[in-house]
Amino acid sequence: MTVSIIRFGGSNCDRDAERALAHLGIDAEIVWHEDGLPAETSGIVLPGGFSYGDYLRAGAMAARSPIMNEVREAAADGTPVLGVCNGAQVGCESGLTEGAFTTNESARFQCEHVYLRIERDDTPWTAAYEEGDVIEVPIAHGEGRYEVDDDRLAELEDEGRVLFRYCDEDGETGPDANPNGSKHNVAGVLGEREHVAVLMPHPERATLPDVGGTDGQGILRGFETAATGAE
Amino acid sequence: MSLADSDRELVVEELEREPTPAEAALFENLWSEHCAYRSSRPLLSAFDSEGEQVVIGPGDDAAVVALPGSEDGGDEEGSTYITMGIESHNHPSYVDPFDGAATGVGGIVRDTLSMGAYPIALADSLYFGEFDDEHSKYLFEGVVEGISHYGNCIGVPTVAGSVDFHPDYEGNPLVNVACVGLTNEERLVTAVAQEPGNKLVLVGNGTGRDGLGGASFASEDLAEDAETEDRPAVQVGDPYAEKLLIEANEQLVDEGLIESARDLGAAGLGGASSELVAKGGLGAHIELERVHQREPSMNALEILLAESQERMCYEVEPENVDRVAEIAERFDLGCSVIGEVTEQNYTCTFEGETVVDVDAYFLGEGAPMNDLESEEPAQPETDLPDADLENAFETVVSSPNTASKRWVYRQYDHEVGVRTSVGPGDDAAIIAIREAEQGLAISSGAAPNWTTVAPYEGAKAIALENATNVAAKGATPLAAVDCLNGGNPEKPDVYGGFKGIVDGLADMCETLSAPVVGGNVSLYNDSVTGPIPPTPTLAMVGTKAGYDAPPLSVAPDSDSALLLVGDLGLESGEARLGGSEYLARHGGSDVFPELPADPAAVVETLADVATDDTTLAVHDVSHGGLAVSLAEMVTENAGLDVSLPVADDADDEAVAAALFHEQPGRALIQTDAPDAVSAAFDGVAPVVELGSATGDGTLALTVGNRTIVTDAGEIRAHRATIERELE
Repeated sequence: MTVSIIRFGGSNCDRDAERALAHLGIDAEIVWHEDGLPAETSGIVLPGGFSYGDYLRAGAMAARSPIMNEVREAAADGTPVLGVCNGAQVGCESGLTEGAFTTNESARFQCEHVYLRIERDDTPWTAAYEEGDVIEVPIAHGEGRYEVDDDRLAELEDEGRVLFRYCDEDGETGPDANPNGSKHNVAGVLGEREHVAVLMPHPERATLPDVGGTDGQGILRGFETAATGAE
Repeated sequence: MSLADSDRELVVEELEREPTPAEAALFENLWSEHCAYRSSRPLLSAFDSEGEQVVIGPGDDAAVVALPGSEDGGDEEGSTYITMGIESHNHPSYVDPFDGAATGVGGIVRDTLSMGAYPIALADSLYFGEFDDEHSKYLFEGVVEGISHYGNCIGVPTVAGSVDFHPDYEGNPLVNVACVGLTNEERLVTAVAQEPGNKLVLVGNGTGRDGLGGASFASEDLAEDAETEDRPAVQVGDPYAEKLLIEANEQLVDEGLIESARDLGAAGLGGASSELVAKGGLGAHIELERVHQREPSMNALEILLAESQERMCYEVEPENVDRVAEIAERFDLGCSVIGEVTEQNYTCTFEGETVVDVDAYFLGEGAPMNDLESEEPAQPETDLPDADLENAFETVVSSPNTASKRWVYRQYDHEVGVRTSVGPGDDAAIIAIREAEQGLAISSGAAPNWTTVAPYEGAKAIALENATNVAAKGATPLAAVDCLNGGNPEKPDVYGGFKGIVDGLADMCETLSAPVVGGNVSLYNDSVTGPIPPTPTLAMVGTKAGYDAPPLSVAPDSDSALLLVGDLGLESGEARLGGSEYLARHGGSDVFPELPADPAAVVETLADVATDDTTLAVHDVSHGGLAVSLAEMVTENAGLDVSLPVADDADDEAVAAALFHEQPGRALIQTDAPDAVSAAFDGVAPVVELGSATGDGTLALTVGNRTIVTDAGEIRAHRATIERELE
């Protein structure tokens, strides 16, 4: 099994994802978007960064690149897909997930550690946690405010498609614990099926024990969980 | 500005004819203060840039330093090297703070690429006029946003730096950016052209008319109308192109396709290509119309001198040219084979006509040096203010200079690359160099108050302060790069101050065995509001085994002791407030504090103690004195109950001096083994026990017969000066 980390021009967390997955013993390789998806791909990471310099709109150009057709096809066939940060923006722009991640309420880039509450534990990405667990994972984005219309958000919540919410240390999801003004503190959502997920925080930055916490390991382990059929 | 008459005479004498317009423009730029260091080079020989760890010292795009012990790693690529470079982007950042600062980042990153290195960390030292001045605030916001935009986008973490506010930067802010890169013996590339017949290949952005004459613009005082008049001399950066260039460069190095490299910075293609071949004692022939351009009808001079960003000049063996072009194309970068290395002059033709034909060495090195008059700065009188102790504590802790810089570094991605084990907001950052299993500590900064009062002693203190920061994280200084910023050197008092900072930095770095391996000089930082304070930014790195370090915050452990090491003023009872934030906020003057007799021993011992298991927390004491350092150590969960050893009958001035003086080379250490720490510092530095930690977030501070009581919440509110104003 090999996880393909799609590198667009301007991706900058591709190496970090590779290092973090390697630390967990998960085989992964960086794939240049023009080279197409390798046949042996068993999972896909859409990494963080500034694909195409975020020109036009964050994630918009990458979402329209040819490899994303292959990614959508693979996702439809059941290949697990995880979009992180810019990859989450690409995921929403390409229709893998719903809603949009747009300019932070502060209108500034924010790099800091936040707490996330696990909203459900029956997905590959959260099988390592219990529902209601609080994990500490960093964010680093200027456009991470989750936006979708209110009615649709209510439906997504009913369908259990909100996977992570920003919260405080005790799991409370008040406005003070919302770093970027995301609607209902949404930090990450699922696609139509549980094997597709996107989130703004960086699990790959909370995986290597020598540079801080390891709370994000469980999210990356989703590639193993999905492969062993826990879904 | 045009070529000075005296320079023109020299050029005519050498060429035995009048220079062409393109040649005159080349000489004007390459012989400018910015490129040729005409006023500073005579002073720079003071620096000791030698050391067994130094692979490449000053003069290349960036310095290269071997990590100690890394050659034993058994890696076939040889020793692990880091590169270090620092650059100023002062004038552009005044005219256009966002783009000026952004392109400063771009330039120093490309200097890193030139050495075959991958950029792994940035550190920014920024200097503005007083924080309550609206224009200074505008510049501050723009500069931080520019660095954030560019650095974040290219995926290089900004892990360290400093921000200072001082009225004398009002008309001329400073933006000093340092970059650390990672390479090894096998991958190292230099800017020394190797072989006649090799091709010169330009990779990156198309050349436009942006940034014409930037080098000479950087070598003049800023005029009152600089913001509108000089905008065309500021370049606009494209971090997306830079990121592609970083990755393309990495692949070119991976495949061993580069013989030598130089980034295009000041004086554009003319500067980079002529310097490259001059260093190899060679020449070049360049056909300017071959340069890929993004504007129509550019003339020879424009192509030669435009400072369009995100471009690199590579020397490539003829058989590798096609592969280089393929890689450039893969990364959507322009690529043109513009000429080749020769054994003759540096010549450029444009549409068949020779527009430049000069000796490359003369062009690069022929500028005459200035012999300028200098005046020794005067020692300040002692004239201390009356201030209420408790109010003064609040004023100094909430001063923009000592306040939290979280508003700044929160905008920088400081964790991309997954190497940051200690980030900004601490004494020094630590980057994990897993390739050599070492932690690399980085500290960068200067102290305008110190060097205003005492250029020489203040600069020594800055070097010691950066070393103490590195040692507080348990690392031993390895090397440093400097960015020397001064006013108009033609004014004897300004030049005297500048001479002072050069000598001070050089002397202390030599004492600390931290060779100064590279740097940058920026003069003419003068405006209608007068010259800037002489400002020697030093970016120092140190190494340690492993990546962890004691925290800055105190642990809620009441059995431990809080020790103060190295405080000479407290020991003698004659602490001096010169250069302190206390005097900056309250008025008055004093001489600069005395420095330790054996600073190298202080730094070495501190690094040892910091790595000991019984050490719970370490914090350097400097800006704002003990008042600020103690306040910074307190958290919601852990407080301090401490008393400074000052006589009960000490007067107000003595009490203030004890609490606020800024002698560097001091640290606060929370330890379970106070006797062992005292023994380690025996004969090196005085050690006094101030008290112990508590479990409730209160700071109870007794000085003589005065006591200040505050807590973590109040301190946090005091320290939120910048974010409260700008959020």
